[in-house]
Amino acid sequence: MKELLIIFFATVTTNNVVWHYFLGICPFLGVSNKLETAIGMGFAVTFVMTLATIFVWPIYHLVLLTFGLEFLEYVSFILVIASLVQFVEMYLRKMVPTLYRALGIFLPLITTNCAILGVTLFMVIRDYNFIQSVVFAFSAGIGFTLALLIMAGIRENLELAPVPESLKGAGVTLIIAGILALAFMGLVGLVG
Amino acid sequence: MKAYREFIKGLWERNPVFRLLLGMCPTLAVTNYVKNGIAMGLAVIFVLVCSSIIIPFFRRQIPNQVRIPTFIVLIATFVTLADYFLRANFPVISKQLGPYVPLIVVNCIILGRAEAFSSKNPPLYSFLDALGMGLGFTVALVMISAVREFFGAGSILGYQILTDWYTPWLVMGLPPGAFLTLGILLGLINTFSKKMRG
Repeated sequence: MKELLIIFFATVTTNNVVWHYFLGICPFLGVSNKLETAIGMGFAVTFVMTLATIFVWPIYHLVLLTFGLEFLEYVSFILVIASLVQFVEMYLRKMVPTLYRALGIFLPLITTNCAILGVTLFMVIRDYNFIQSVVFAFSAGIGFTLALLIMAGIRENLELAPVPESLKGAGVTLIIAGILALAFMGLVGLVG
Repeated sequence: MKAYREFIKGLWERNPVFRLLLGMCPTLAVTNYVKNGIAMGLAVIFVLVCSSIIIPFFRRQIPNQVRIPTFIVLIATFVTLADYFLRANFPVISKQLGPYVPLIVVNCIILGRAEAFSSKNPPLYSFLDALGMGLGFTVALVMISAVREFFGAGSILGYQILTDWYTPWLVMGLPPGAFLTLGILLGLINTFSKKMRG
């Protein structure tokens, strides 16, 4: 239990996917200008990330490792993620229309979100067991949502600030992300 | 003439990193040393060029509905090749790049070029476009990593330039340095290109 808590807190704060591993930077720059869309994107990513790990872990450990097919790792992971996103989209549209309307437009974008593939790769590299992997994926999603929310809050206020013409848009967002990353580094040592 | 334009546009005018803001993950993650930046750039050029040669030949055979999954599987295959090549021949670099080599699969530059260019143009143009984009990406990576290595370790490509009197800015080698460097470079490049246009 303690170990799982450490994974959770470390992944949300010091090893945040956005500020420490630079995963999911494209949506981070793209949809972080409004709080509402940031929440939608964050939850969609958390949901797919957790689900993807639940599917990918058995495929890697029970199929690929057993038959010595590790070289198919990337091809099979990306196929699982892409088809999972398709199925989730179809299922939600049919069964939970309200959730579909909330997450709908973000789902297709998620296939090429590097955070999802990145988390499944880290799961293999760190040799997590099933429970650890799921907790890791869930907390990575929460960390991503947190990063997106903080950024969206700042950017909403930034619209009123006098930013130099050439830094507008991505430039100033990256500089703020740098400062936030510095702030989060202050938490190093708090958890393992 | 058209062929030349397709090649040259990726280097500056439509540079994937500074202009299109694509492929941000590796751009930020592996640019702490110039050596890593070059290795990542070459790996991306390899995958980009291979997929841009193959896709135009099959563009009529691939049904429109499944083209994106097909492209991704194709790209993932070339990425696996590149990753195993690096692991066998350059184990140290491969270790430092870590999961960012397999993450080339979801690098938006490659899928973006496959979708926007290779699937609509003949092989020669597609090849030149990919080469130009890949080189533009590599140049951007080298620029960022040169700044970070210079300030973060006082060296470039491992050659010590600033000696003992210099206290390295450790932060440049860490994640925040990557964000700050790219943000400031973007600002400088915008100012510069505005001045050039007059």
